[in-house]
Amino acid sequence: MRTPLTIRFLTSMPRKGWLALAIFALVAWVGVPMAHLMLPESSPFSVSAYTVTLMGKILCYAVVAVAMDLIWGYAGILSLGHGLFFALGGYGFGMYLMRQIGTDGSYGVNLPDFMVFLDWKELPWFWVGSDSFLWALVLVVAVPGALAFIFGYFAFRSRIKGVYFSIITQALTYAAMLLFFRNETGFGGNNGFTDFKRILGYDITSPEMRLTLFGLSAALLMFVLLLGRYLVTSKFGRVLAAIRDAESRVMFIGYQPLWYKLFIWTLSAVLCALAGALYVPQVGIINPSEMSAANSIEIAIWVAVGGRGTLVGPVIGAFIVNLAKSFFTVEFPEYWLFFLGFLFIGVTLFLPDGVVGLWRKLFARKPATETESPPPVQKPAAVPEKDEHLAAKGAAA
Amino acid sequence: MRSLITSVLLGLCCLFGSAHAALDPAVLQGFASEDFGERLAVIGQLGQIGDEDARRVLEALENDSLAIGGGKVLIYDGEKAIDAASGVALEAVPEDIDTLTVNNRMRTAIEAAKAGMALFSTDPTVRLTAATRLRDGVDATTLPLLEKALASEQDAAVHEVLTLAVSRGNLGSGEAAKRLSAAIALADSGDPSVLALLEPRLDASVEPDAAVRAAVADAIRSIERRLAVAGAIGTVFTGLSLGSILLLAALGLAITYGVMGVINMAHGELLMVGAYATYVIQGLFQKYLPGMVDGYLLAAIPVSFLVAALVGVLMERTVIRFLYGRPLESLLATWGLSLVLIQTARTLFGPQNVQVDNPSWMSGGIALLGDTVLPWNRVVIIGFAAFVLVLIWLMMQKTRLGMFVRAVTQNRSMAGCVGVPTARVDTLAFAIGAGVAGLGGCALSQIANVGPAMGQGYIVDAFMVVVVGGVGQLAGAVWAAMGLGLIAKFLEGWTGAVVAKIVVLVFIIVFIQKRPQGLFALKGRFVES
Amino acid sequence: MNKVLDPQGVRPEGLNDRENWEGPASDGHVFRAGELDLSHKVILYLDDISVSFDGFKALNKLNLAIDAGELRCIIGPNGAGKTTMMDVITGKTRPDEGKCFFGQTIDLTRMTEPEIAHAGIGRKFQKPTIFEHHTAFENLELAMKMDKRVWKSLFAALSDDEYDRVSDVLRQIRLDHEAERPAGLLSHGQKQWLEIGMLLMQEPRLLLLDEPVAGMTDDETERTAELFVSLAGKHSLVVVEHDMSFVEALGGLVTVLHEGSVLAEGDLATVQNDQRVIEVYLGR
Repeated sequence: MRTPLTIRFLTSMPRKGWLALAIFALVAWVGVPMAHLMLPESSPFSVSAYTVTLMGKILCYAVVAVAMDLIWGYAGILSLGHGLFFALGGYGFGMYLMRQIGTDGSYGVNLPDFMVFLDWKELPWFWVGSDSFLWALVLVVAVPGALAFIFGYFAFRSRIKGVYFSIITQALTYAAMLLFFRNETGFGGNNGFTDFKRILGYDITSPEMRLTLFGLSAALLMFVLLLGRYLVTSKFGRVLAAIRDAESRVMFIGYQPLWYKLFIWTLSAVLCALAGALYVPQVGIINPSEMSAANSIEIAIWVAVGGRGTLVGPVIGAFIVNLAKSFFTVEFPEYWLFFLGFLFIGVTLFLPDGVVGLWRKLFARKPATETESPPPVQKPAAVPEKDEHLAAKGAAA
Repeated sequence: MRSLITSVLLGLCCLFGSAHAALDPAVLQGFASEDFGERLAVIGQLGQIGDEDARRVLEALENDSLAIGGGKVLIYDGEKAIDAASGVALEAVPEDIDTLTVNNRMRTAIEAAKAGMALFSTDPTVRLTAATRLRDGVDATTLPLLEKALASEQDAAVHEVLTLAVSRGNLGSGEAAKRLSAAIALADSGDPSVLALLEPRLDASVEPDAAVRAAVADAIRSIERRLAVAGAIGTVFTGLSLGSILLLAALGLAITYGVMGVINMAHGELLMVGAYATYVIQGLFQKYLPGMVDGYLLAAIPVSFLVAALVGVLMERTVIRFLYGRPLESLLATWGLSLVLIQTARTLFGPQNVQVDNPSWMSGGIALLGDTVLPWNRVVIIGFAAFVLVLIWLMMQKTRLGMFVRAVTQNRSMAGCVGVPTARVDTLAFAIGAGVAGLGGCALSQIANVGPAMGQGYIVDAFMVVVVGGVGQLAGAVWAAMGLGLIAKFLEGWTGAVVAKIVVLVFIIVFIQKRPQGLFALKGRFVES
Repeated sequence: MNKVLDPQGVRPEGLNDRENWEGPASDGHVFRAGELDLSHKVILYLDDISVSFDGFKALNKLNLAIDAGELRCIIGPNGAGKTTMMDVITGKTRPDEGKCFFGQTIDLTRMTEPEIAHAGIGRKFQKPTIFEHHTAFENLELAMKMDKRVWKSLFAALSDDEYDRVSDVLRQIRLDHEAERPAGLLSHGQKQWLEIGMLLMQEPRLLLLDEPVAGMTDDETERTAELFVSLAGKHSLVVVEHDMSFVEALGGLVTVLHEGSVLAEGDLATVQNDQRVIEVYLGR
């Protein structure tokens, strides 16, 4: 008897997980809106606009972290280019937001300010359709998805992996950043997009819009967690983990790793792009610095801090690092890089399994569930990689 | 100031006045005329006379101290007056004395007249400068002068410049034969402005003589070819210099990543450490050895190596040695190190870029034809890259340490068994890689901005060079760096710098798909690939 | 290093067509692309295969033919080219020259590793390579012969039949009590057995086994020999081994490789008395 898909989906997570998800949904969709709109500011439970925006922003980061973990933690592919997909999603939706400004820009012309400034008379061809909300959503998914698919296809087909892949993705996002810095590219150069006014005609700064975006971010995170949960407990997830641990064995039993990697890689890129699209209206700006190498590597540290190879870990990691960032940049801006730097070093040296791993070690009740494959203690693929290197030298000698 | 100069001049005049045959006062009388044309003619005449007295008058005119008084042309500094023609001081300043007004046309004429005089100087360099200055604006007044100079010129370099200058003048001559020989002579020029002069002469309405037109066409082709060659040499040179910069940025990485397999994302910050070390040495020289400030760079080379190597030792001992064989983890940890180093630099030296000056011997350059100049600092960078390369090669191939490093990277446990202290070799090898990065930073400080975040700009490039060259291949890194530098510079001519950079990155990404092992791949039987 | 061929251009049609796999050898010599044709009773041909790594000839005009249902042992000193030969057959290394056919029609030199696995060749590595973070059960499940494309894996669930098949093999390799333990925690011998079990789950026509009994106890070695002998006939086996008593227990023909080509072939006793073989093993 094959179990129906719905049942398998429901049973892919223990009851406690569903309960936690329900509480999260209740807080995000009911608790926060009520606290923000109804309670007077003096109330200790009141949630300020700053807090809603900050939390909404971090929820988007959490989505990115989970997407990163799907390919890094479960498939062993460390991308240093996820900031690119995040930014592309943001730019895709940002184009729509720029068009929504209409004639309210500083020049009073129905063109984005930066185009007027460059003395352009009409929208370039790739802006066609950017007035439409639906087209914006298509762009958000299709452009990063297509880029990830094409790049991934060639990279995985050539069997580029490990550090090589990481460095190539870094080069990709660096090239894109240079491209977007140019004014002629048509995306506002250095300054990017900003000064958004409205979405679907509604004021972007109103509390209702703020809460809607916050709620959508929470919804996206829950969706990504459920999707991730389903994927990693399916046979697909087991094949993926097998590719991570011993790729050639997977090939010799008849799987084509290319398509498995490509699927999860493209999916991860699209999830990042969706998060980027929700992030931009909340922070009100998108510019090419989102594509810098530093941003992409920071995503990896969210995952590492939380615990790679788990789904809840990246969410925890994204919250810890970004709350610390907001704290430091306000209180001790000059120490933030020290903190972040030592976090990178400390986590890789002393907390290879992140906070979740630490929790499991402290409250050890046997490895959580059998279905969730535990994160690799020490990446086994790394050692043969070194051997190969040496073998190559040996062959030359 | 001006009066000071004039009094010096006056003094000189008194000294030499008696020795010289005085100017003919009739020549100078033209200055008394209200007609500027006549005054200009006098200036031209003075230029042709070209002796000390003529020069004295011209300089006085230039300094607004030539005056007319009592019917004579006088040199007057506000107190005393001298007779311009004879150089004899007057006993009393005439009451009707009035300074001559000099307009712009006259100033230009004075310049030309002075240059014309310089053409007959005894010093060949002065003659060369004068000829070069006159070459660009030949006109009816200067042409006879140039021809006269050409006739008596002995120095080959000056002769060449004079020939071109005379030819430029003769191009507008009324005689077809003169124009023809001018066009033929101009074919040897490498100056883009000659092209502008020649091109209208292709038109039959401007140049009636067909033979001259043909010669002009030949000359244009020849000049264009020469300019193209000079341009290509210039591009190759800038390409090589960019390649050398890439190589200097990547050589340290070629050791730490290429040979040891350590992914060091803080490599760019080691360059930064080297650059700041250079900055500090410069500061020390300025403060304590101001007389030898040009030598600071020589002292900075070993210091930047040692400082960066020391930082490397610290990094290796505290972090990296725990992560051998775990490339992704060392990637993240070293990124953390890079953040710490950036913030440290910011705390110590401030967030702004600091000023590192080229020593004076590195300014200027070698002039090629046309506008192409090969700056000395670039030439030095290319030479320095070669020097560092040879240094590394010697270190890896000829020293015991190099042998140990190669042994440990090929078979760690075997090397340990035969008594190689593997941990110490790791540390030393990493320190050398870091030190070489420091040398790179020292070189970069001479041509690029020095600031806390400077390293971040080089890390991608450095990895690209190592990856394209083939991991573990020093020769590969050299080819890759030079190749990428040349490609970038040739593209730059077409597309601009940013697009060229993007194209190069995309090219690398595509290249790696085709040759994942880099340019110099090794084949073999691997357990896991 | 391996040149990756364009998958569109070379994928033999019908390779993923499950119907064709189990089909009998086509008696009437009807050529059907991608289907294993055993009309000449030979399952694997290696014809003048040469491979060199930077001038070093790992294989030098190697010729080898394995009959369907045969159990063949390959022996030879280190560096004789045994593992490289397996790399060529499984598509990991492309030969510089020579042909490599599976049955009469399937050209292995033009296929990728997964395609070759699908065509019916299973391989066990010298060093046991299993998925250490997966349980023994999951290892077998992953290896099981089924549609292995992404879309199917996303929605795959074990049927009762498939569950039984995994359980059968678990019993056969004596890991039924270790089914839920992560495979990384098994003993070395158990890992070897698990990898053999994975091979069985693939239901290959041809099994390539690189030193399958290294690290096993005598008892385990004996049982492995029994298992292999029982598999011969239905499957074809190529075993690379150094352990002469194990080779003896397997019976079958023995091929000696030396410096990338075949030095001698015959039953064990003949080979062991061959003067050239003795020279190669004992002295230089």
